[in-house]
This record gives sequence, C-alpha cells and structure tokens, in this order.
Amino acid sequence: MNVAGFPILSVITYLPLLGVAYLALLRGEEVAVARQARHAALAISLLTLALGVYVWTKFDPTQAGYQFVESVAWFPGLNIKYSLGVDGISLFLVLLTLVLTPIAILASASIVKRARSFFAALLLLETMTTGMFAATDFLLFYVFFEAVLLPMYLIIGVWGGEKRIYAAVKFFLFTLAGSLFMLLALIWLWHNAGTTDIVTLLHTAIPAQAQIWIFAAFLASFGVKAAVWPLHTWLPDAYGEAPIPGTIMLAAVLSKMGAYGFLRFAVPMLPSASAAAAPLMFALGVVAVIYISLVALAQTDMKRLIAYSSVAHMGVIIIGIFTFTVEGIEGALFQMLSHGVVIAGLFVCAGVILSRGEGLALSRLGGLAARMPAYAALLMLFTLANMGLPGTSGFIGEILVIVGAMKVNFWVSVLGAAGMVLGCAYMLVMVRAVLFDKFSHPELAHLPDLKAREYAMLVPLAALTLWLGVYPASFTHMFDASVASLVQAHTAALSSHSALAMVTQK
Amino acid sequence: MYTQIAIFAPLVGSLIAGVARPFIGRHAAIGGSIAFMLVCAVAGVLAQLGGVQAPLHLANWISVGGFNPDWAIRQDELSLAMVAMVSVISMLIHVYSIGYMAHDENAPRFFAYMSLFTFAMLMLVTANNLLQLFFGWEGVGLVSYLLINYWYDRDAANAAAIKAFIVNRVGDLAFAAGIALIYVVFGTISFDGIFAAVAAHTGQGYTLFGTTFPVLEVIAVLLFIGAMGKSAQLLLHTWLPDAMEGPTPISALIHAATMVAAGVFMIVRMSPLMDAAPGTLELITIVGATTAFFAGTVGCVQNDIKRIIAYSTCSQLGYMFLAVGLGAYPVAMFHLIDHAFFKALLFLSAGSVIHAMSDEQDIRLMGGIARKLPVTWLMMLIGSLALAGIPPFAGYYSKDAILSAAFAAHTPIAMYGWYLGVFTAGLTAFYIARLFLLTFHGQSRAPKHVQEHVHESPLVMLVPLIGLSAGAVGAGFLLKNDFIGGNYIHFWGSSIDVTANSPMGLLESIPSWAAAAPLAIGIFGFAVAFLFYMVAPAIPAALAQNFGWLYRFLLNKWYFDELYDWLFVRPALRLAKFAWRFGDEQVIDGVPNGLAALTSDASTQTVKLQTGSIALYAFVMLVGLLAFLSLFLWVR
Repeated sequence: MNVAGFPILSVITYLPLLGVAYLALLRGEEVAVARQARHAALAISLLTLALGVYVWTKFDPTQAGYQFVESVAWFPGLNIKYSLGVDGISLFLVLLTLVLTPIAILASASIVKRARSFFAALLLLETMTTGMFAATDFLLFYVFFEAVLLPMYLIIGVWGGEKRIYAAVKFFLFTLAGSLFMLLALIWLWHNAGTTDIVTLLHTAIPAQAQIWIFAAFLASFGVKAAVWPLHTWLPDAYGEAPIPGTIMLAAVLSKMGAYGFLRFAVPMLPSASAAAAPLMFALGVVAVIYISLVALAQTDMKRLIAYSSVAHMGVIIIGIFTFTVEGIEGALFQMLSHGVVIAGLFVCAGVILSRGEGLALSRLGGLAARMPAYAALLMLFTLANMGLPGTSGFIGEILVIVGAMKVNFWVSVLGAAGMVLGCAYMLVMVRAVLFDKFSHPELAHLPDLKAREYAMLVPLAALTLWLGVYPASFTHMFDASVASLVQAHTAALSSHSALAMVTQK
Repeated sequence: MYTQIAIFAPLVGSLIAGVARPFIGRHAAIGGSIAFMLVCAVAGVLAQLGGVQAPLHLANWISVGGFNPDWAIRQDELSLAMVAMVSVISMLIHVYSIGYMAHDENAPRFFAYMSLFTFAMLMLVTANNLLQLFFGWEGVGLVSYLLINYWYDRDAANAAAIKAFIVNRVGDLAFAAGIALIYVVFGTISFDGIFAAVAAHTGQGYTLFGTTFPVLEVIAVLLFIGAMGKSAQLLLHTWLPDAMEGPTPISALIHAATMVAAGVFMIVRMSPLMDAAPGTLELITIVGATTAFFAGTVGCVQNDIKRIIAYSTCSQLGYMFLAVGLGAYPVAMFHLIDHAFFKALLFLSAGSVIHAMSDEQDIRLMGGIARKLPVTWLMMLIGSLALAGIPPFAGYYSKDAILSAAFAAHTPIAMYGWYLGVFTAGLTAFYIARLFLLTFHGQSRAPKHVQEHVHESPLVMLVPLIGLSAGAVGAGFLLKNDFIGGNYIHFWGSSIDVTANSPMGLLESIPSWAAAAPLAIGIFGFAVAFLFYMVAPAIPAALAQNFGWLYRFLLNKWYFDELYDWLFVRPALRLAKFAWRFGDEQVIDGVPNGLAALTSDASTQTVKLQTGSIALYAFVMLVGLLAFLSLFLWVR
C-alpha cells in the first residue's frame, strides 16, 4: 500500500493514544504518578518521532503528490474516505509536531497537579495535530482541526496562569467562530464536487463568484488560527496564560494550522479569489509585521513579548504564501518550520526562568548572563534567529519571502522586511532586560545555570536552528517538487481563467 | 587552500576560546585563540602572495527556484588584498589584547568574539555572491554588538550596542531589498553573473513613487544605503561614536580598521554595477565629502580621546567614499588599507594611554606624559602624522591621491568634494594635533594618584604597536605603485572595474598648486593647534566663549542624536504604547470582550467552580463538534 508496507501515518497518528490509555491506568501517590506519566509520555513521543524520521528518510522528494497514502471508505454513500498522506508541504509540519511534543513534555517538569490528565492532553494534542496535517480528506481534516481545540483548551483552562479562564474562553470563542465558516465552506465544496477528497477538490472548478465567498470563509477560520491581524488578540492572552508546554505547542505548532490551511486549501482551490485577495493579504501581512512589532516593543513581560513577536512573524508567512512564487511560498514554509523551532526555544528559555521561581516581568530580571553563561548563549542564539540573522534558520525564510515579494511589489517586500529593524529592536530590548544590565534584585545572582533536562530541550532546538540556517537545502529539497507544482497549477489556473474572461468579453 | 585556512582557523580559535573554555581553563582558551590567529595571519599573507585562484565551491547553501547562492570562497585580487590586511591586523590586535585584557576575568569570551569577528569578516571579503557577503556583513555586525556590549552591566554600553545594531539594520534593510531587486532583475546574485549582465540592463526602468528610474540606479542606491549604515556615513553615522563604549582593541579592529570599511569594500566589489549608475556615484561623492567635513568639524571639539578618533574614522571613511564616487576605486582601496594601519595604530596607542592613565579617557585630564610613555608617544606621533597626511607617512599618499582624483575629475560635484576634502585635511591635522598635544605635552592635569601610576605598557602591547607603525610608515610608498601607480591595472586585474572616464589616469597631471594644497593646509592646521594648545591656551577658551553657539553645535555633534530621538525614537515608543493600550486592548479586543461581558456574570461564578466548568466547556465543545458532523451528514 505504501513504501513502509503498513499504514505508517495512522500508526504515527494514533500511537500517542496508546500512551493516553497507559496513563489512564496509572495509580498511586501524586508526585510519583507525575513522574511516571512524564516518562511514559516522553517515551511514547520519542517512539513516534522515530517513526516520523523514518518517513522522512523514505520520502521521495521528486514526487509532487501525496506519499505513504492510506485510504479506507468512511461514509461510502457520501464519497467520504478516511485517507492520510503527506506531501512536501505537510511532511515537515508533521515532523515539527513530532519534534516539539517531546520537548513540550520535557518542559512540563513542574506540573504535578493532575499530571496524568495533563500528559494525556498533550499526547491527545499530538494525535490531533498530526492527523490534521496528514489528512487528505477535507472532512477528516475538519474533524482533526476542531478536535485540536479540545486538549489545548483544557491545557490553558486547567493548568494556566491567573487569568486562565478568560484566556481559554477567548481562545475557544475566536477559533470556534472561525471554524463555523469553514464548515459552511466545506459543505458547499462537498456539494459542488460530490466528494471531500482533497485531490479531487483541487481539480474541480469553482465559479469565480463562489470562490470569493469561500475564500472569505477560509479567511475567517484560518485567519483566526494564524492570528492574522486584527484576529490576533486571542493569542497574547492564550500564550501568556497557558503553561509553558502549552505555549510551546500553541506557538510552535498550532499557529501553523492557519498558514497550512491557506497553503493547502485557499490558494490551490481558489486561484482567482486568492489572486484577487492577494493585495488584502499583503496589507494584513504588512500591518502584522509593523503594528504587532510595535506592540511587542511596548511589552513589559517576556512571555507576552515573545507571543507578539510570534504574531509579527506570521505576517511574513502570509506575505510569502500570497506572492504565489516558488521563492515566496518556500520561504513561507521554511519560516513556518524555523518559527516553530525558534519560538519553542524562546519559550523554553522563558520557562527556565519560571522554573527557578522568578517571574517574567522584564523589570524584575537582568544580569543573568553573569551567572548563567550557557543559558545566556542559547537565549542569544534564539534571539538572533528570531531577528533573522544569517546563519540561523530565521534568515532563510525571511530572505526568501523578501525575494519572492520583490517579484510582486517593491513596497510589499520592503515593508514586509521592516521586521528586520523592528524585530531587532524588541528582541534586543528583551535580551538586555533579561541577560544584561545589573541584577534588578539580589536573588537573581544565585540562580543556577542550565540543568541536564534543560540542555536536553535547548540543545536539539539550537542544533536545528543552525542546521536550518547553514544547510537549508536538506529541507527545501523535500518540498521543492510540491511547491513547484502548486505554483504551476496556480499560474495555469489563472491564465486559463483570464483567457476565458477574454473570450467571454468578445 | 591558504585562503580556506585563513578563514576557518579563527572560527576554530573562537570555538576553543568560547565553547571549550570551561573544560580547558583560561590560559589554554586564550592561547588557542591566539595560536589559530597566528595560523590565520600566516595563511592570509601566503594566500595573497600565492595570487589569484578560481572561486572555491564549499557547499550548496540555498537552492529555491532560481535563487541559489552557494557557500564559496572568491580569491581574486580584491578579496586577497583584504584577506591579507584583515588577518594580519586582526592577529596584531589579538596579541595586543593579551596585555590589554590581562586583568579582565572574562577575557576568553573577549577572544572568542574577536576570533569570531575575524571569521565573519573574512567570509565577507571572500564571498562569491551577495548573500554570503550579507552573511559576513551581519556576522560582523553581530560581533560588533556583542563587543560594544562586552561590559554588559554598564547602561551606556547596552544602549550603544543596541543603537549600533538597529542603525545598522536600517541600512541592512535597504541592502537586503537591493539584493532581492538584483535577483529579480538579473536572475542571479553571484558576482560574475551580475557583472556579465550589467550591460544588458542599462536601459531598463523601474517604477517607484510613480516615476520611472533606471533600475540599476535604484539597485545602486539601495546597496549604498546599506554601505552607509556599516561605514557610518552621514545620517546613519550616529552609532559609531557611541560604539566606543567597547574595549579599545575592539575600537581598533572593528570600528576603525575592518568592519566599518566593509561598506567601502562592498561598493568597490560592485564596481561594474556602480559604473552603470552614474547618478548614484554622484550621490556617493556628495555624501562622502559631506561626512568627511561633518565628522572633521565635530572631531575638533570633542574631549574623549576615543571619540575624537572615532569621528576621525567617520571622516576618513567619507574620504574613501569620495574616491569611490569618482570611480577611482583603487584609490579608495589604497586609503582603506593605509587607514587600517594608521587608525588601528592610533586606537591602540590611545588604549595604551588609557591603560596608563587608570582608564581616564578625557584629554582635558591628561597632559605631560610624553616622558613616561616614550614608546606610546612615538607610536601616536607616527599615527598622527600618517593621519594628517604628512610625507612620507601612509596617509599622505592615499589621501592626496583622493583629492587629486577629485581635482582631476573637475566636475562641479567632484570639485565640491575637493574643496571640502582640502578643508577637512586642515581640520584633520588640527584635531589630531590637539589630541596629541593635550595628551602628551604641557602640564599634567590629571589627579595626583593617577599621575603616580602612569606607566609604559608591557611589551606584549608594544610589539603589535610597532608592527602597525611599520604599516603606517611604509604602506604608502611601498604600495603606491601597485595600488594606484603604473602597475595598478595589473595589480587589481579584473577584480575592480575602472572605466575610461575615471580620473585614475590623471592623478599626476593636476596643477602643482592643487597637488600641494592639502599638505599646505595640513601644516597650517598643525600650526594652529600648536598655537592654541602650546603657545596661547587662552585662545581656544576665548573662541568657545565668543562663538558659543558654534561651539555647542559642534560639541553636540550637529544635534543629530537629539533630532533622531525626537523624530524617530520617541514617536516609535509612543506609537508602540498607543498600539498596544488603545489599538489592541480597547479597539480590537473591545468587540470580543463586549461579547464576553455578556457572560461575565457567569464567569464570576466560574471562578468558584473553576475546573468543573472547564470540563463542562470541553464537553460542550465535543457535543458541538458532533452536532456539526451530524448536521453535515444529515444535509447530504
């Protein structure tokens, strides 16, 4: 049935559920259970990751279509199938999920209260997210897309900070409201094509008039998830209030769902609407970069500053996707990976401070470089990557988007790149407040440097950051074919469309 | 082969000093860095002597669509000249730092940064495409930031470091846009590919602001804005004087000899493209000459020994751009190399003085230390004469050649450069003589305990000074023939594009009064300084009194910092607060919060129920999802 010889994607998707089942069986004293649960969750997530890496090694980069495909009838009468597969676009998003779940689990050391449920929620989240990225049936995608909400909602609402209820409800309302529109679009598309198979949907023509409405529905749902301005305000609250592992998953993985939706559905299915909406999307992207960067500059809390920086980077991704150029879209994809790794690193760094009993208010930090040199070096690396310094992952995505955007419009390119200056400003202000200057209070002088568990989280992320930055070809190589065919299809669809328009005009 | 060794040896040294430090101890860490720098310097010189070689492909970097810059090492005449200069000067400054940083407990970190800097700088000068050049460009910027911030518990160091990075990034934004536009127009960003296609794009237009400009001019201006940031040219110069917060060896290496010259290097590297953008070249001449003049005037009234030299650097970089704008690229490179030697010498001598004066930097609190620091005195004298352009020292040959080129070109804009350049030559002689006399001669104005501790620096600091002084004395007449004289076409080969209408061939054929003017004005500047600070010290005080407005204008550096603060920094911060507090929290959040207010009564109760209600919400969501699904199945 596929290269692996067994439904490997389903195994990867549901293996964490096995972990959930095991966790449900754990009994005993709270601290001991927490430790056992953590170890079990870590083991199962590492095993899943190993399978994911196997998929990567067997992936054929010359093919543009889905690989490792598996498909069984789900609702035969309705032409709806349970089908999974990965192409160059989804492969690394699946891998990103698989890499970051163990890191989130490692970052959960301080969670003891209801630890069993917490790790179950994390593993459930991994299942839902993986399934969402690997689904090749729109209905299946929708189910996973919605189901991601559940564990995330619980993680914020039960284990979050002081304002967790407010943040969780806001997160819930925003994303659910957006998803309703996607459901309507889904029903329409299914009605139009008679199936929810994504590949068939891609090849079913949609009248230009309808495209606009469907695009608007997609914008509502994916825009909320990608935190496109002005739909972003749920994000700082959710990121700020969620516990660190939750924030990592939200920022690094879940924020990619929106961008992935645009890339998978909006652009290829709705070529003329996407082209028509491109100026709007550029405007939203540029506003995100400039406005949100300014808001980030005004933040007084490390976690919220990183959260806003995350939104600003989503602006770059949106710009890249809607350039419809190979450079821009690969830049956007690359930025999604890079952002996932880097933002996770930054939040882990914030967690390091929290786990030492200190708060994240910037005015209450300072001088940490003196006593925590290893921590300082790693935080600095992620900061530089977040600013897009060449040699780190952040640069590759950014320069590709700048180049792609320059093909379309000079000002989109330059304004979209304004993050180079503004991002530099807010990130340097942040590291100054955290690492440099004098200790703002004497206890800071006694914080210990990184521990083994923290190295285990930060070093792989740092290595990935540098690997992505110095030798990005090992990743772009894998999505070249898929992106090229996407761009080609888009161009072809547009030109046939305009040719048709010219015929009808006559 | 040698070039590769020269580039990667400092990287290894940096890792030894930075990463391996906890395992091998302080001395081994510093020793490792020094050892690899020695290797680098030897290899750098051997590479230069070995001559031109084909570009060396190391690895694929990015390959997306047609955008495929590689990691490669370019080994043409221009790159090799820079490799030799950078590796030798960097090595000397490494050695000097052993003495200078001897009492600093974090010295290995310092050496790690310096070696990393050398690596990035060498990657910059040997880049074979614009993106790798940009890698080195940002790399040196990063290390500059880290080193300005070296004493990171100081407020001023933090502020200066952030300022340096941000101002540079403004230039880099334009540079990146320029690279992108080059790719869009040329379909490649490798140097050879661009240069080969320049002629094909000369007539092409590009529409901006509703007007069509020649596309090559747009590209050239974008690149030049990048160069302005890195080389501290007027409008983007404000970071350089503040950068003096870093340790003095850094000021010598990064903020005088190498990194700040990268802008000049980049424009020279792009000379085939620049030649096709005559409008931009004129702009470069104007900006360069104006910067030279501006920084010269400010340098005359500053009191911090390092800031005076910093403004001098800014001014000398202006001279280099003046030459670049005239199309006299070899002359600019000649001054770049000469300047690297004598400016590094001046900074390190200043470091030696600061070391001797218990970290005092204000020249008003020095004086009368010539006898106690004889070697430093001599070194500073050589550096000063070289800077002021007194024969036979290095600056005389290169600075005079720049002004000769300006006079020979004789267009109105070139003459603007000539007049300002000659006037600035007088200012240069004045401010450096002022610095020299106030520091070493006259009565000592230092507090007693400082005076007692004045001592000559150790040998490990003096030997590098002597090495640099050899360059400041000899580089001018030894290199002149190769760099700009009869042999220059052969020496630079095809690495620099000199057009037929550049003033390169006319350097010797200007009237003798014009050729002698800079030297005469320079000597006049010396004389005035001698009069002011040795014979009649009342005069400068009286001038400052009577022309208070002018004095304050210069002392406050033409008020650029205040202007930018008022124009950019404060509004940006205010806007940031406004966007957050009003835009996000009031306007955008107003809508959902209004909705939430409907449930606010419920939420006060949820505080009591807490997790119970969370589970309820989750359950509601699950039910909702099922409801949607059944709805979907039902409507089929």
